[in-house]
Amino acid sequence: MTIESPSAKKTALEFKSTSLTTPALVLLSPDLDSIDQQLAEKVGQAPEFFKNSPLLIDLQKLNAKEINIQVEAIIALVRQHGFMPIGIRGGNEQQNQQALAINLPVHSIHGQNAPLLEKPATKAVVADKSVVEANQSVENKLITQPIRSGQRVYAKGDLIVTATVSAGAEIMAEGNIHVYGSLRGRALAGVLGNPESRIFCSDLQAELVSVAGIYKLKDDLAGYPPQIPVHISLKDQTLDIKNI
Amino acid sequence: MARIIVVTSGKGGVGKTTTSAAIAMGLAKRGHKTAVIDFDVGLRNLDLIMGCERRVVYDLVNVINNEATLNQALIKDKRCEQLFILPASQTRDKDALTTEGVGKILEELSKDFAYIVCDSPAGIERGATMAMYFADDAFVVTNPEVSSVRDSDRMLGILSSKSRRAEKGEEAINEYLLLTRYSPERVRLGEMLSVDDVQDILSLKLLGVIPESKAVLNASNSGTPVILDEESDAGQAYSDIVARYLGEDKPHRFIEEKKGIFSKIFGSK
Repeated sequence: MTIESPSAKKTALEFKSTSLTTPALVLLSPDLDSIDQQLAEKVGQAPEFFKNSPLLIDLQKLNAKEINIQVEAIIALVRQHGFMPIGIRGGNEQQNQQALAINLPVHSIHGQNAPLLEKPATKAVVADKSVVEANQSVENKLITQPIRSGQRVYAKGDLIVTATVSAGAEIMAEGNIHVYGSLRGRALAGVLGNPESRIFCSDLQAELVSVAGIYKLKDDLAGYPPQIPVHISLKDQTLDIKNI
Repeated sequence: MARIIVVTSGKGGVGKTTTSAAIAMGLAKRGHKTAVIDFDVGLRNLDLIMGCERRVVYDLVNVINNEATLNQALIKDKRCEQLFILPASQTRDKDALTTEGVGKILEELSKDFAYIVCDSPAGIERGATMAMYFADDAFVVTNPEVSSVRDSDRMLGILSSKSRRAEKGEEAINEYLLLTRYSPERVRLGEMLSVDDVQDILSLKLLGVIPESKAVLNASNSGTPVILDEESDAGQAYSDIVARYLGEDKPHRFIEEKKGIFSKIFGSK
């Protein structure tokens, strides 16, 4: 899995981790018109979620079928839809060079990247180390006091709350959220769009829960009784709520 | 140094002024020199509840604006010589309250009073934030119904983030829950939140429960703090609260329904 951080947009980066990811656009067809149309549909479903969202262009499947596509064209297209392309992966040598020519990094797919030019490859490795270090110092936050109605708490990493989150309070984290009291307010995990984020809580009575912009309201949660520990993750673009 | 107590709630009409009057009178009756300040500038009521509305000459805003001295504005209670009332202005609005002005008054009062009770107005605007800004202890007055509980929760958030203690990173304000207008019978019928429900939501130390009582309205109408009506359940509940606040160990009363004499004797339920 490829890790992205906003500060690393200008450099390629690659390392395996499960903590942070970015949406990837896997292209199955080189037809720009149908890509355009289907992107518009997707974005129309959740415009706020996709607005300024980082996006990785995955060309692996096209290249597996030996179908070529111009990198500049697809990049321009996703930009029109409000995405912020942050690189390609699975491109062939020609596509990788096109991407580098417009200052877009080239990412590897679990080490099976198409052969790259010598220079950018070493560059990418150097960049990785700094990102790994930066990522290890993500600011997790621990809250031990009740979070009251009207209060907002934001964590750049994971957010751990050992008290109650009141109705009308809002807790947000770029990573995971853990609530060991009652969760009665709103909880939004992966607010920068990380679909791997999760919410863990020991008593689900929330007004809203959201992972990477996909949310459920209190009415949708009516089937989940309070006082039972649950685990909320994103599965096939819907929230999956499981008892722990 | 005086201990500054704010009586607050967020929601209106839950019994802040009744509580402020009762608590202040209770502390004063126990021999502690106490001042009670009405922060509800523009809608002053405390003087009515305390029965001193005809003796108001100067008010809080006059003192802030240096139009009167603190001693001129303080009204000495006729029933208890340890109790003083600082009324609010009825002709101004809450913007007349400044942090410096209020801070100066509280500092001056702190020199020779043991307790200062600040009666907060409803809402979370200037008057309310001024009343709680300098507080050491907060009495959060809540009715057993959802909107009051939510507003109290909001107020608790403000207490923990916008008070002087929070801003200076000092020890947090001691927050206490006062549940007013409680009716065990209606709780049993499911018409009212129970003590446990409210505590579950607010996770707060319960200082006392004041039962719904006719004595409260009678006391307000006659300008006598209800704590002086020692026969009444509400009066006794407030006495208990003052005692608990001062560190005495009193069992909670008025949470259970009153039982008839026979059920008491035979223990039937």
